[in-house]
Amino acid sequence: MGRRVGIVGVGQTHHAAHRLDASGMELIAEAVTRAFDDAQITRDEIDAIVIGNMDHFENINYVDMWALEGLGAFMKPVFKVTTGGTTGTTIAACAFYSVASGLFDRVLAVGWEKNSESDTQAAVATCANPVLERDPFAGAIGPLATEYSMYMKAYGATEEDAALVAVRDRNNALNNPYAHNRMKVTVEDVMNSPMLSYPIKFLDMCPRSDGACAVIFASEEYAKKMCPRPAWVHASVVRHDYTHFGDLEWQWMPSLERASAEAYKKAGITNPLKEFDVAELYLPASTTGVKWMDSLWFCERGEAPKLIRKGVFNMDGELPVNPSGGVIATNPIGATGLIRVGEAAWQIMGRARDRQVPNVKKALVTGFGGCSWSDVIILGADLP
Amino acid sequence: MIRKCLSNLNAYEHLDVLRKGVRQLSDWKEEVEEVVFPGKICVPYTWTVGSTLSKWYGLLRDEGQIWANRCPSCGKVYIPPKAKCLECYKDVNDWVRLPGTGTVETFTVVYYEEPSIQPKKPPFAYGIIKMDGADTGLVHLIDEIDPEKVKVGMRVEAVINEERSGNIFDIKYFRPVN
Repeated sequence: MGRRVGIVGVGQTHHAAHRLDASGMELIAEAVTRAFDDAQITRDEIDAIVIGNMDHFENINYVDMWALEGLGAFMKPVFKVTTGGTTGTTIAACAFYSVASGLFDRVLAVGWEKNSESDTQAAVATCANPVLERDPFAGAIGPLATEYSMYMKAYGATEEDAALVAVRDRNNALNNPYAHNRMKVTVEDVMNSPMLSYPIKFLDMCPRSDGACAVIFASEEYAKKMCPRPAWVHASVVRHDYTHFGDLEWQWMPSLERASAEAYKKAGITNPLKEFDVAELYLPASTTGVKWMDSLWFCERGEAPKLIRKGVFNMDGELPVNPSGGVIATNPIGATGLIRVGEAAWQIMGRARDRQVPNVKKALVTGFGGCSWSDVIILGADLP
Repeated sequence: MIRKCLSNLNAYEHLDVLRKGVRQLSDWKEEVEEVVFPGKICVPYTWTVGSTLSKWYGLLRDEGQIWANRCPSCGKVYIPPKAKCLECYKDVNDWVRLPGTGTVETFTVVYYEEPSIQPKKPPFAYGIIKMDGADTGLVHLIDEIDPEKVKVGMRVEAVINEERSGNIFDIKYFRPVN
């Protein structure tokens, strides 16, 4: 099982489309410095570092080398991981594994991206088999659009259902000073925004952001000394699928169903809708905020639109989802998953300020990458 | 898989490449048709210089001066300047102007031609210049000398370009000090 692990500090940058004031390294330094401040420690108290970002972005390799200065990693062990969109949650998982293993007591997890510096769609396209799928199907929007078209057809979900999710997340972002897009929108605004790839419209889709996030994981012994209310890791599960896009099940999401089922089992969750107090979910488009609720076992397959229409996942609903504004408000890809972890940890630590949900005891986090794999992390206020 | 490779090995015993003990995947081309698609990835990008280096480049471009910065905690002087001290992780905010002279710590002379990435036609010398007043070195060209006569420990000075646009070639090169 490994040792118990708690999150004791979180830092993130102010995210924006173009952070031209800061280099990638400086974005990392900004997030790391804030995480050190949040945990009230110095770099001397960090035993190891896990860092990651997207392959092929920024046209540079070896972030573990050139960002060392911003990481505070001089003469320390550094590990780089990169798993596409799930990179941020995988960084968290690796930091958790490192502490749970007993080999390190305090591990710094850092995710970052400077999306403004590269043609990210061209870079993402390199994930796809070049002679089969790169031209016709690659890029982030196409697969998400096709899966929701299928879901609408199968279960009678609508474009307005997705717009409700977009309105929820975007308006939540107004309470988050770090968020990239902070705009008050209505369902009408979303429905009237330009169509990108049917049925996904401009305001349904995540932006490309410059930003970084840092989260500090500590063993039980250290976490209790370092933080009055650590966010304990109750489960961390990763499930990958995908060989080719054409092989996948699009009507529901098998990797998310399997990963969440395993995580719930590990954390002793039997009724997720009731037992979680908050969720920070990697929803790259508002459409996924409808369809993927089925795959998180909140309802039977096809019933998510009913929950959305009832406002179950709104800030005043049964299970608030994405108080931070989520991915459609902020998306520095390599950091995006880690921001979910950090925001959920702050909810448990009681440090989420204007976006705080009262009395959070259990929080659900997801990461989404490639097409279509899933990371699920469960955090709790009580020792696991 | 192993069995398949071994059977192939037997089938191609007569080939010179096997006798020489050199085997390549192409040896198996009679069984596996090689289909290779040519491709090219061209990914445009920009690189944000950031607050620390943009100040450094600004001073170089506008004043023709070479500056470094000093860690307020350990006193180490960095050129190029750092945002964070490697050892202390302190913000490095104290700026000091350097005289522009230094010593060649190490160097090389380039002879091979790679026009798309090289700053000039070979042969040319470049090295790490340990700058007077700093604790770190600056990588740059060494010119106005026969490249073969460049030596470690040689005293050099920066030659500032007349026309400057805020990049590393605002320092044209380093030349020997007589």
